[in-house]
Amino acid sequence: MSDLVDVTLKVNGSEVSHRVPARTTLADFLRQTLELTGTHTGCEMGVCGACLVLLDGTVVHSCLTFAVQASGSAVETVEGLTERAVIADLQDAFHQRNSLQCGFCTPGMLMTAYSLLSQPGVPSREEIRDALSGNYCRCTGYEAIVDAIETTARNRAEGRDAPAHEEVEA
Amino acid sequence: MSAITSLDRPNSYIGRSVPRPNAKRLLAGRGRYVTDITLPRMLHVAYVRSPYAHAKIVSIDAQAAREAPGVRLVATGEDLAKLCTPWVGTMDHFKGMKSPPQLPLPIDKVVWAGQAVVAVVADTRALAEDAAELVYIEFDELPAVVDIDAARDPDAPVISPELGSNLCFQGKLDTGSVDDVFASAALVVEEEFHFGRHTAVTMEPRAIIADYDASEPKLTVHHATQTPYQFQDIYSRHYGIPESCVRVIAPDIGGSFGMKLHMYHEDMAVVGLSIMLGRPVKYVADRMESFVSDIHARDHRVRARMAADADGNILAMDVEDVTGIGAFSAYPRTSVVEGNQVYRLMGAPYTFKNYRADLQVVFQNKVQMSQYRAVGHPVACTVTERLVDMIAAKTAQDVFAIRSGNLIPDDAYPCTSPTGYKFESLSHHACLAKIRELMDYDGLRAEQAELRKQGIHRGIGIATFVEITNPSPAFYGVGGVRISSQDGAILKITPSGDVRCLISITELGQGTETIVGQIVAEHLGVDRDRIKVITGDTETTPHGGATYACRGAGIGGETALQAAQKLKGNVLSVAAAILQEDAGKLDMQAGWIIDKATGQQRIELAEIARIAYFRSDTLPPGTQAQLSVAHHYAPEGYPFAFTNGVQACHLELDVETGMVKILKVWVVEDCGRVINPLLVDEQIRGGVVQGLGAAFFEECVYGEGGQLTNGSLADYLVPMAVEMPDIVVAHVETPTLDTQLGAKGVGEAGTAAASAAAMNAINDAMSPFGGTIAQVPMTPARILKALGHI
Repeated sequence: MSDLVDVTLKVNGSEVSHRVPARTTLADFLRQTLELTGTHTGCEMGVCGACLVLLDGTVVHSCLTFAVQASGSAVETVEGLTERAVIADLQDAFHQRNSLQCGFCTPGMLMTAYSLLSQPGVPSREEIRDALSGNYCRCTGYEAIVDAIETTARNRAEGRDAPAHEEVEA
Repeated sequence: MSAITSLDRPNSYIGRSVPRPNAKRLLAGRGRYVTDITLPRMLHVAYVRSPYAHAKIVSIDAQAAREAPGVRLVATGEDLAKLCTPWVGTMDHFKGMKSPPQLPLPIDKVVWAGQAVVAVVADTRALAEDAAELVYIEFDELPAVVDIDAARDPDAPVISPELGSNLCFQGKLDTGSVDDVFASAALVVEEEFHFGRHTAVTMEPRAIIADYDASEPKLTVHHATQTPYQFQDIYSRHYGIPESCVRVIAPDIGGSFGMKLHMYHEDMAVVGLSIMLGRPVKYVADRMESFVSDIHARDHRVRARMAADADGNILAMDVEDVTGIGAFSAYPRTSVVEGNQVYRLMGAPYTFKNYRADLQVVFQNKVQMSQYRAVGHPVACTVTERLVDMIAAKTAQDVFAIRSGNLIPDDAYPCTSPTGYKFESLSHHACLAKIRELMDYDGLRAEQAELRKQGIHRGIGIATFVEITNPSPAFYGVGGVRISSQDGAILKITPSGDVRCLISITELGQGTETIVGQIVAEHLGVDRDRIKVITGDTETTPHGGATYACRGAGIGGETALQAAQKLKGNVLSVAAAILQEDAGKLDMQAGWIIDKATGQQRIELAEIARIAYFRSDTLPPGTQAQLSVAHHYAPEGYPFAFTNGVQACHLELDVETGMVKILKVWVVEDCGRVINPLLVDEQIRGGVVQGLGAAFFEECVYGEGGQLTNGSLADYLVPMAVEMPDIVVAHVETPTLDTQLGAKGVGEAGTAAASAAAMNAINDAMSPFGGTIAQVPMTPARILKALGHI
């Protein structure tokens, strides 16, 4: 049960190598071994979406993936997307629209949104809501999250960055 | 741009939709929740839990667990009872209330399935869980008391024999002549309502790290809680550690909704385990543990009737509420508060004066039931508003007309409800008129009639509500519970002229730090980005009530306002000395001391701070600059700041499948002064969605033996984005005159009436078929049953 395995993978662009118990999930590996605590665990059974990360570019539940399964792959977390500034406009839209309260679900929401916004075209609100349905949020009521993703999609389609001003309309 | 408004003055932040500065950190994955915190030499605990709802503990064999790899301690109820004194969840003003004493872990018996029995502490959580599987507990199963009627049967097993019965509390309210009114009333409607148990499902489960250092001694607890001061008091008193040696830190909290202000057995045990080990011990509930150990809420059966005259004027209400709270009353707030608010809020928006209610709070072998967002409100609101709709139907009146005819007039305040609640000023009629226009009610009715011809069945439901916010000391304080109704703030000007505000209300993501910053900026006269608000640490912030019962803005906000005014007075007195000017002729604006009459800048705040801190020798003799102030504020006027509002729900019912599509929800809410519309609206939306969860999805389903049968996030349904509608929010502002700020509370308004509006909408959609429903959640199966299809 506590057999150790070597795990070597690329996380947020850097090669990492650790010997961990074979049963270590990717979520625990990221959070505990690498101290990348932006990835959260809310249910540990692949339902709530708080633990979503990119595994070779695909959104996966890190709570349902063993670290050893990710060996040889490239993983990207909210910290990595933030450092690369590829979701800066999305994060700004979330901030302006107050699309988060406690923030615990937010990294997972950003992962889903990042993936959705990587598709061509501007998704409808219904499509955004559908895409978000593997991400639970207990604080916001979802509407502001849909708004922020919709705004980002429109801005990207029009080649604009998200608004930089601090104040938003009520 | 529109014309210049009062918001265009410098430093006028109250009323502005400004985003939350601290949200950027959370968006970058830089949140720091208790779940994330690691301390040097930290250990982890896993609990062995009872598989039975009710059983005697015959013996515990933990030898194999003690010898398992990485295990540092295995502790039982007896071990912890040597350190921790028992607690009893009663409150003095609930006369006759009783509850058995509780300990961190049980000694003789277990009283619900999932109760923690043995603690296993190891180097990692995984190792602790491995070892927990090796603990052998011999139980002698007892008959479980599950159903609220069975619990009150004189022949039922008594869960705590020393109490004599399974009745925790019985309350009665009676204005006198209710029987006569019902006997002579032109019409009477009645219904039996069922409200399922549901639970908070915070995205971050409960999490706590206790770190006891015997050398000082010092207990530091990193605790995902709303109320750190309350827990400082509890840990101090029950573990016999001086209060000044107990520090509770509440960092980022991943959702709370009232769930994270109760005493949990596992959490109390963690403190004892750390004392026994002299090392930090961490406990994070996994999701399965959350379902069987977090408080549940609601679980009421209400039989109610309402009398009216032939024109539909409501004359009286008669209510019988039975609620099951688990095996004991929660600590320290008790499990009677929900029932108390249910039977006192019934009919609150309406003018009738005759009221009678009986409340029975019953013990059962389930996990504890206690306060969760909108305590009691959804129950009282749903019962009242459904009965009002039934009177409307009987008198062939529109749902707006029946309410217009019965709501307390907006100019009739102050007034007192038949249950004793004192209302300062509410705005039911203004809200009703506003929502009618907002939702285009007449248009929706016309559309509904048209669609019905095509076999499409839409429903429109309305629910007015009254919300309790900002409790004064008349509640917990008078009840003998050490929960503060006051808050404290310390405001400091730094040598650079920045401002730090340490305040006792806590940040849960609702925006406490933002609104406090807005209030201080406006009332001190500095720019908002120069104010840093610090919350959630008993070591640095003054003692206060923190965040519960929608009190953050109303009480904490007023505390910040008064502290800012006090500090401004101090600054102006120093400025007056420096400028050789009358302090009364000076003011502050945008970080400058200005001439009050002309607005001309005289000296910068940073310069005052520089002189005060580094060149006090240049000040006139006797000038001692006080650039830090501490200030406390407790509500004095009305015992509660009641708010009000109205919600409307529009939905489409598939009468063949019982499936419901919620099309839209509207809310018009009066929380007094709105400090930040962006945050207020989003709190209301979140509250509505939690209320819709209770209305359609969320229920803790128990089997006959007292087993929770759906205790995982795959089985317990919470609302998802695709099922939720857009929610339109608007406001009427009736500021409370009890404070300068005028803010009341808002966090629970969304939840208060969402299920009531939804139930009225479903019944409206079903009306062509003659079926009715009076049970939440309104699942497809229950709807089909109501329609007579199954």
